[in-house]
Amino acid sequence: MLSIFLLIWSQPLTSAESLTVVSWGGSYARACTKAYHEPFTAKSGIKIRLEDYNGGLAQIRAQVETGNIHWDVVDLEIADAVLACDEGLLEFIEADDLPAGPDGTPATQDFPPDTLTECSVGTNFYSTIYAYNRENFSGGEPATIEDFFDMKKFPGRRGMRRTPQVNLEFALMADGVPLDQVYATLSTAEGVDRAFRKLDTIKEHIVWWTAGAQPPQMLADGEVVMSTAYNGRIFNAQVLENQPFTVVWDGQVLDKGQLAIVYGTPRLKEARRFLAFAARSESMARLGRYISYSPVRRSGSALITTHMETGVDMKPHMPTTPENMTRALHNDWEWWSDHVDEMNERFSAWMAR
Amino acid sequence: MDGTLRTVRLRAAVPVLPLSAFILVTFIAPLATMLVRSVYDPLVAGAMPETLFLLSEWDGKSTPREAVFEAAVRELLEARQARNLGRIVTRINRVQPGMRSVVMKSVRKLRGISGSDSWRDTLIDMDPAWGEVQTWRAIRRTGERFTMRHYLHALDLDRGPGGGIVRQTPERRIYIPLLGRTLAVSLSITALCLLFGYPVAYLIANASPRWANLLLLLVLVPFWTSLLVRTTSWIVLLQTRGVINDALVALGLIAEENRIAMIYNMTGTVVAMTHVLLPFMVLPLYSVMRAIPPLYMNAAATLGASFPRAFWRVYWPQTQPGVFAGSLLVFILAIGYYITPELVGGRSGQLISNMIAYHMQQSLNWGLAGALSGILLACVFVIYLIYDRVVGIERMKLG
Amino acid sequence: MNPNGNAHVEFEGVSKSYDGQTDVVQNLNLRVKKGEFLTLLGPSGSGKTTCLMMLAGFEMPTAGSIRIDGRSVHNLPPHKRGIGMVFQNYALFPHMTVSGNLSFPLEVRGLNPEQRRERIRKALELVRLDGLQERRPAELSGGQQQRVAIARALVFEPSLVLMDEPLGALDRRLREELQYEIRRIQRSLKVTIVYVTHDQQEAMVMSDRVAVFQQGRVEQVASPEAIYEEPERRFVARFIGENNLLPGKVTAVEGDLCQVEIEGAIVKAFRVAPCRPGDMVTLAIRPERVCVAPDPEVYSNELEAKIEDLVFLGDHLRLRMNVHGRSDFIVKIPNIVGHGAVLEGDRVRIGWTPTDCRALEPVGEKGVTL
Repeated sequence: MLSIFLLIWSQPLTSAESLTVVSWGGSYARACTKAYHEPFTAKSGIKIRLEDYNGGLAQIRAQVETGNIHWDVVDLEIADAVLACDEGLLEFIEADDLPAGPDGTPATQDFPPDTLTECSVGTNFYSTIYAYNRENFSGGEPATIEDFFDMKKFPGRRGMRRTPQVNLEFALMADGVPLDQVYATLSTAEGVDRAFRKLDTIKEHIVWWTAGAQPPQMLADGEVVMSTAYNGRIFNAQVLENQPFTVVWDGQVLDKGQLAIVYGTPRLKEARRFLAFAARSESMARLGRYISYSPVRRSGSALITTHMETGVDMKPHMPTTPENMTRALHNDWEWWSDHVDEMNERFSAWMAR
Repeated sequence: MDGTLRTVRLRAAVPVLPLSAFILVTFIAPLATMLVRSVYDPLVAGAMPETLFLLSEWDGKSTPREAVFEAAVRELLEARQARNLGRIVTRINRVQPGMRSVVMKSVRKLRGISGSDSWRDTLIDMDPAWGEVQTWRAIRRTGERFTMRHYLHALDLDRGPGGGIVRQTPERRIYIPLLGRTLAVSLSITALCLLFGYPVAYLIANASPRWANLLLLLVLVPFWTSLLVRTTSWIVLLQTRGVINDALVALGLIAEENRIAMIYNMTGTVVAMTHVLLPFMVLPLYSVMRAIPPLYMNAAATLGASFPRAFWRVYWPQTQPGVFAGSLLVFILAIGYYITPELVGGRSGQLISNMIAYHMQQSLNWGLAGALSGILLACVFVIYLIYDRVVGIERMKLG
Repeated sequence: MNPNGNAHVEFEGVSKSYDGQTDVVQNLNLRVKKGEFLTLLGPSGSGKTTCLMMLAGFEMPTAGSIRIDGRSVHNLPPHKRGIGMVFQNYALFPHMTVSGNLSFPLEVRGLNPEQRRERIRKALELVRLDGLQERRPAELSGGQQQRVAIARALVFEPSLVLMDEPLGALDRRLREELQYEIRRIQRSLKVTIVYVTHDQQEAMVMSDRVAVFQQGRVEQVASPEAIYEEPERRFVARFIGENNLLPGKVTAVEGDLCQVEIEGAIVKAFRVAPCRPGDMVTLAIRPERVCVAPDPEVYSNELEAKIEDLVFLGDHLRLRMNVHGRSDFIVKIPNIVGHGAVLEGDRVRIGWTPTDCRALEPVGEKGVTL
């Protein structure tokens, strides 16, 4: 039904010489543009049209089902990338086409497991952390994920993303569940109840956000004293706007950003060229000079340097820097793709109560 | 004679053809599609006919026999070939959470196996879930071409182990409470719109033309203002560090730490929606009031009635067609409102439409979205019928 | 002014202005007696409706005072004045039945259902509408609606009833029928009615007295006969019925009569206001008081005339004549056996008595004291 409108209104505006790349907007999209869209255009002559979206597969699905494809490359969460691949909404990746690392490591060995999937290529690790505004804490400052749930020690409103993802993991970690037991615990009914019970303890004090740009704003406005956030957004507020924010890496939940090609795009050749370009270790490292998201390729980690605009050393800000990884949980996308609908309903019911 | 009459009729219908086509394409067709999707889903039935046929003879109590496994393996691999597997698995996973990874992992492994003496053992080896009864029940339920499961789901019901209909456990009941809340909120918004809109409409209808135009303009401005601008203004006004809270704190009416949460909750939804929907109340009221000559109030005065009495006995009853029309309009719009609660509703200010949008756009469970829309549509219809019975639709006047 | 013992309504020096400059009502002095039927008659915009609205309390006088039963009603809101009112467009409440409409003023006054039912029955009987209690106004004819409106204005037994062109929306036959009805009802209930109309026939039929309004002033207040027979002002003479108005100049004054010269002819006229030789006046002669070809010596006023136009109108003949160069002189001859046979183009003598010819103020003059 959406398709009827799309059919009428969205005759492809793109020609063979330009690709439509869809990303998450804001400082992340800006970083991608600088890091590899512009260099790609300079090298290949293929223009990049950037479009923003807020995740989800509805639009891709509508395009593929009607055969009216005007998105070529999409930046996806890994769970969605796998789901979309299973549903036949994405082209398969030809792993052999991906460039080897600068040290000569073949691509297939340079990508850590799970970052190179059938239909998508990981480009960066990002992390959901929580950050706080130093101005709100004169005495002790929060340092652990437990502190986020400690209303006695650190009173004040919390910002959290309006999804069950990450929040349930945070809750269990803060409730003392060891890292390797988090998803196993969530797989039981008692474990889910336990996570929601933990969330209940701060429910009254949560301000919910939906877009990545909101948490820094809410922290700056004093709407919340601490908030979960994407680490890159907090980093940008820190270095570009000099906000007195501190990131708490303890209990961070690591995710990866994936690039994928929409199934059936008439610009498949150009899209593959773009993907190969974006999947170079250099491109990933270059992204890390604009926003604090680290390269997924092993060979890329060595290339992390300084922030392009301010010269700040990027290492301490990267989610994968060992000091930040003392208690870091890898988001289990497979668990989530099994349970996302169920958890969403639980979450909605819980929210409404 | 008959022929010419028909020609004349046809010719008269020509000018409305574009509109009819437009309504058909943009309204009736999508609506019908959604309603069909809510009960009809041929995907799994089409992709796994043999497995489902064999399952129809299964007793539902023990692990199915080898033939079922054999058919399932073949048809799942074929579905993967046809790039259908993901969508099939999504459906099975909705009935039995966890099945996605079981099926996907197994299918990936199956690709590397050329044959097996017992597919049953092979699969159960890969994942014990294949040996469980509920796995196959889930597949069998997903295979129903015509299904009530979306409607059951939308009504917080489920099939029990015995196949009977049972209520969901309390922490999973979500749609019925939400529907109730949507109705209650819509009702309060309608009441607020009437409370605020009636005096405004009265003022406009009885002001001099110059003032009336100005006032009407003020009522319509929110109508013409971009939603984002409006939302931003509400945020500026209502947020915890917003204008109203700042003023209250500055005046000493509330303490700094007791700032009132007026946005991103139900208050925000009600305030913002009342604002948006106010014109739909004021305009029908205004047009009805404008048609009531001041003569009636004069007549009532000469008969000895004071203003309040004359108003209540003479003016108010005559504005009822406008009250009914405005209320029904506001109520029905409110019940399906989606964007405002989305923006300012926060955690507790979400309505049923937001859930429909969520299933349309995020979870892609269009069947459930269709069922929820169907239930909402039925609610509106029932309310309309009750309204017609109680009030009489012919007594409504939009202007 | 002494408060008159049986004055029901008094206007004293009442003026009304909406814009602060032009007065729609100017220095009005008027007294309505108890049980009297007084009609305010005048063309539209003459201020008669404004007077009624001030009396009802919907408008405030800019100056002067209005008294009902000797008490100033200046600070009394309309609903406390106890006046019944009938509006031109009936103003029946469309959402109530006939008995609902009639019940309304009784409920306001706290009558119990039994009393209300009795009063409603009587009121409907009075306007001959018994049996229509449960109809809604929209289900009634115009005449029936107006009867209901009248019944509603009377049902709570006010001693004063105002009617604002109540018959204006009805066709002629119904209008006439209702005129007699209203008169009958007024006589039987002995209520005071102040009635506004621009229809002189209506005023004639119903009124005890008529107040003729023009441009915010009362020109004359008198009984219908007096208004017709003895107009004191040129406006009244022209507005009420038909009159031949001839400008002339006073040449001599003899008691109540005066001699006036019109276009070279001298006629005798009744002197309404004091005048002196040399004053300009307007003579008013009713067309039906003119005799065509009279017997000599019967009338002291005789003039030569030529018939220019002749119309047969059933009960009378209407002649347009040229009299001393003026060709708008109208004469009506009753259609009775033996009226002289006249034809267009005939030259005839016409005559009338001095008392049928009233010398009024000339055109454009206003300040004549009456």
